[in-house]
Amino acid sequence: MEISIIRFPGTNCEVDTYNAVKKVLGTTSTILSCKDTVIPRSDLIIIPGGFSYGDYLRSGAIAAREPIMSDLIKKAKNGVNILGICNGFQILTECNLLPGALLKNSTLKFISKITNIQITRNDTFFSKDYDKNQSVKIPVAHHDGNYFVDQETLRAIEENDQVAMRYAEPINGSLNNIAGLYNNSFNILGMMPHPERAIDNQTGSNDGIKLFQSMLKSMSL
Amino acid sequence: MSDKDIYQSHGINEDEKKLLLESLGREPTVTEIGIFSVMWSEHCSYKSSRYWLKELHTTGKQVIQGPGENAGVIDIGDNQAIIFKMESHNHPSFIEPYQGAATGVGGIMRDVFTMGARPIALLNSLRFGEINHPKTKYLLSGVVSGIGGYGNCVGIPTISGETGFDSSYNGNNLVNAMCVGLTTHDKIFYSKASGIGNPVVYVGARTGRDGIHGATMASGEFDDESEKNRPTVQVGDPYAEKLLLEACLELMQEDAIVSIQDMGAAGLTSSSVEMADKGQVGIELNLDRIPTRQKNMTAYEMMLSESQERMLMVLRPEKTQIAKEVFLKWGVDFEIVGKITNTNNLVVKHNNRVEANIPITYLTDSAPIYKRDISPRKKKSKPSASMKHDINIKDATLKLLNSPNICSKKWIWEQYDRSIMANTLNPAGDDAGIVRIEGTKKAIAISSDVNPRYCTAEAKKGAIQAVAECWRNIISMGAEPLAITNCLNFGNPEKPEIMYDFVKTIQGITQASKELNFPVVSGNVSLYNETNGMAINNTPTIGGVGLINDITFLEKFGYAMDNDQVYLIGNKGENLNCSTFEEIILGTITVDPPDVDLQIEKMNGIAIKKLINNQILSSCHDISDGGLMISLCELLIKSNIGANIKITNNSKILEQLFAEEQSRYIISVPSNKQDKMFEILDNASIQYQSLGNITGNQLKVNDKIVISLSELIEAFENLIPELMAS
Repeated sequence: MEISIIRFPGTNCEVDTYNAVKKVLGTTSTILSCKDTVIPRSDLIIIPGGFSYGDYLRSGAIAAREPIMSDLIKKAKNGVNILGICNGFQILTECNLLPGALLKNSTLKFISKITNIQITRNDTFFSKDYDKNQSVKIPVAHHDGNYFVDQETLRAIEENDQVAMRYAEPINGSLNNIAGLYNNSFNILGMMPHPERAIDNQTGSNDGIKLFQSMLKSMSL
Repeated sequence: MSDKDIYQSHGINEDEKKLLLESLGREPTVTEIGIFSVMWSEHCSYKSSRYWLKELHTTGKQVIQGPGENAGVIDIGDNQAIIFKMESHNHPSFIEPYQGAATGVGGIMRDVFTMGARPIALLNSLRFGEINHPKTKYLLSGVVSGIGGYGNCVGIPTISGETGFDSSYNGNNLVNAMCVGLTTHDKIFYSKASGIGNPVVYVGARTGRDGIHGATMASGEFDDESEKNRPTVQVGDPYAEKLLLEACLELMQEDAIVSIQDMGAAGLTSSSVEMADKGQVGIELNLDRIPTRQKNMTAYEMMLSESQERMLMVLRPEKTQIAKEVFLKWGVDFEIVGKITNTNNLVVKHNNRVEANIPITYLTDSAPIYKRDISPRKKKSKPSASMKHDINIKDATLKLLNSPNICSKKWIWEQYDRSIMANTLNPAGDDAGIVRIEGTKKAIAISSDVNPRYCTAEAKKGAIQAVAECWRNIISMGAEPLAITNCLNFGNPEKPEIMYDFVKTIQGITQASKELNFPVVSGNVSLYNETNGMAINNTPTIGGVGLINDITFLEKFGYAMDNDQVYLIGNKGENLNCSTFEEIILGTITVDPPDVDLQIEKMNGIAIKKLINNQILSSCHDISDGGLMISLCELLIKSNIGANIKITNNSKILEQLFAEEQSRYIISVPSNKQDKMFEILDNASIQYQSLGNITGNQLKVNDKIVISLSELIEAFENLIPELMAS
């Protein structure tokens, strides 16, 4: 089981993600620099949260044009599983691996809180261990989490059941309360909530564990 | 500009000018005047406060490094150390709230990681003018986004803080930011330069024209024209800070750094002077090598720029190549800009000219120091008996919960990333924030406290109270209080009454920190917080750090549970002096703040900590602003549950509910653990009384006063969101 984590300048959740993978899955992952041109063979590639390039220009915009991205896109098309968390989600939309964009929160403020999230389906690489429509608590911490996409694509996303998770109540202006989204082949998940911060009840929630366990199960199959 | 004007515009008075000319024995260059002016500014030289700061209690077996370095260092066992400090960024935050606050956070973080620690927590203490003052909304909004914008981006959780409002801050808000970092005993880096010939290296962001004379600006009073100072406010780049942080910490794994100092106030000038001064060596800078943002910057501008995210290091010569590679890898500028010399002078060269050549002691030890006049201010007379009989307790409670200094600060803290680093163990709004030390069962608790109303009514008592309350807040989370930092925010020290209060404050802090074994290991003084001659309330903010050795007890601690019994620890409230009740409900002048009996404080605290650590209590909350009633309401709101309370002496019910007497806690305990609790409390001769039990969804007092939980929550939560939406 090979897990790679990509670090861009300004990424700040790579260590939390590395620790969560280690604590929940008992395995070490490899933190790669975005200046690398090749990603080693991986069962799962994670783009962690942070402020790549300071969110300058647009969150995720500069990162999406880094050398490592062409190999990432190639691997994504070949079916390698990719998880983008927060800034990782933003980067995945910026490089068009996921549709739409993450705009500034409708409140125009950063929002940090443990949030009620509904996991929509439990039959994907990332969600096997959850119940269908399970309510979970996972922290969010973002300024640009307001998911937007054109109406036609939104309809297609919904018809195709690509919404991975929704906020239980509106928090940032996201269309259809979308908090996480799959691509249409379901090997890519982008999500604004931070599952790596929800692996221990003492920090407020351990509802993120099942996401990591789902991925483990899927990889061991 | 005339000769007189140039000194005056640099904040150098006639006596200081004379001293400067006598020391140097010749006319200074313009660059030298600039260097003297920042080094002799209040902000850098502590010329009004230095004499008194020596009195502070700064020692203890937990102290590894006390005041005098970039930050204080304490031992938390297992070869680990905590490095922390609090610093003010008041003046810049008033002129430009977003950047002023953001760079305050950036500066305090650099103070911590320059010493080798990775920052693990931030907190802040903020004061604004009256909540309805036309500028408050703008300042609050800007300061909060600035703090969040910086800390969130670097990726350090902001886990605790306090925000207060008072008319004395209408023209001069306060932004005090504290950073706490973690390192090991063998990886603590100091600023003392050594090794004649060793290279002096500049790393970090490029030098621009921003912030020139920030230190001088921060050392003066404000008037209506202060906004024209906006160009002296520095601009922050948290992304650059993040890269600098990672590069510095990576290099610190090598044995390459002799000494390191961040460029804070007075930038290149103070960092180079401080490093050389500590090492009793000279330093020579070649400004041709300084990475700059603009072309043709003068020596004066480069020496005085306060551009952010920069560091100065002295390296072992054989390691410069390794160091350079580390910084280039992180995309951070790295330049050798000078060397350590044996001249004991600061020598600044630019374009083949010597722009400055000043013996370093002139800028440090021989800098002006003032023992300013002190005289007590006229005591305000106590208000005559007030109309207490008309008070409706329910209305008063809701009004207090809805008052600016007590109400929920959720609107603020939801803008700060609290969960990053995945080690934050409690929700915001608790007495102290707690972060676990990654990979261990240990955690540290941090809190910042001060009650400016008390400190202004009586400086010494107020200072004792601030230290005691900080200690108490850390105890309330079951942690062992270890040490404090402080930010002493005052008005103009040339006014004898203010200087008197400053001196009394030092004495109060010293007394309390001695008796509670809670030494001061770092700090900062911010004077001249005045606008048009109106001084702020005395605000000596205390930031404390405590240690939890094993976090297991926290699993079942923090919330009042159904059927818990409720107790008051400490004495019954007997007088309302200087309370929030007096201020908000009676509207009287507040004098004579509550005394703190430090012996009782200690006894009560030790017993409470034992109760918490032995997993006897479900919850504990210290009693402070608003008294017992408000502490109880806060506990119920947090726990989302009601209570049934009995107050026995009805003739003194207002005092019992709203007095702010000290060293007190409200606790809740499951019925089956009461006996164990009695045993511990009785053995320690602790005063306590039963108040009732936790139940239902309303707060009932003596069956007559009934307030639903939703009324409490509405009053507590709505004030700031409504203000900000208006």
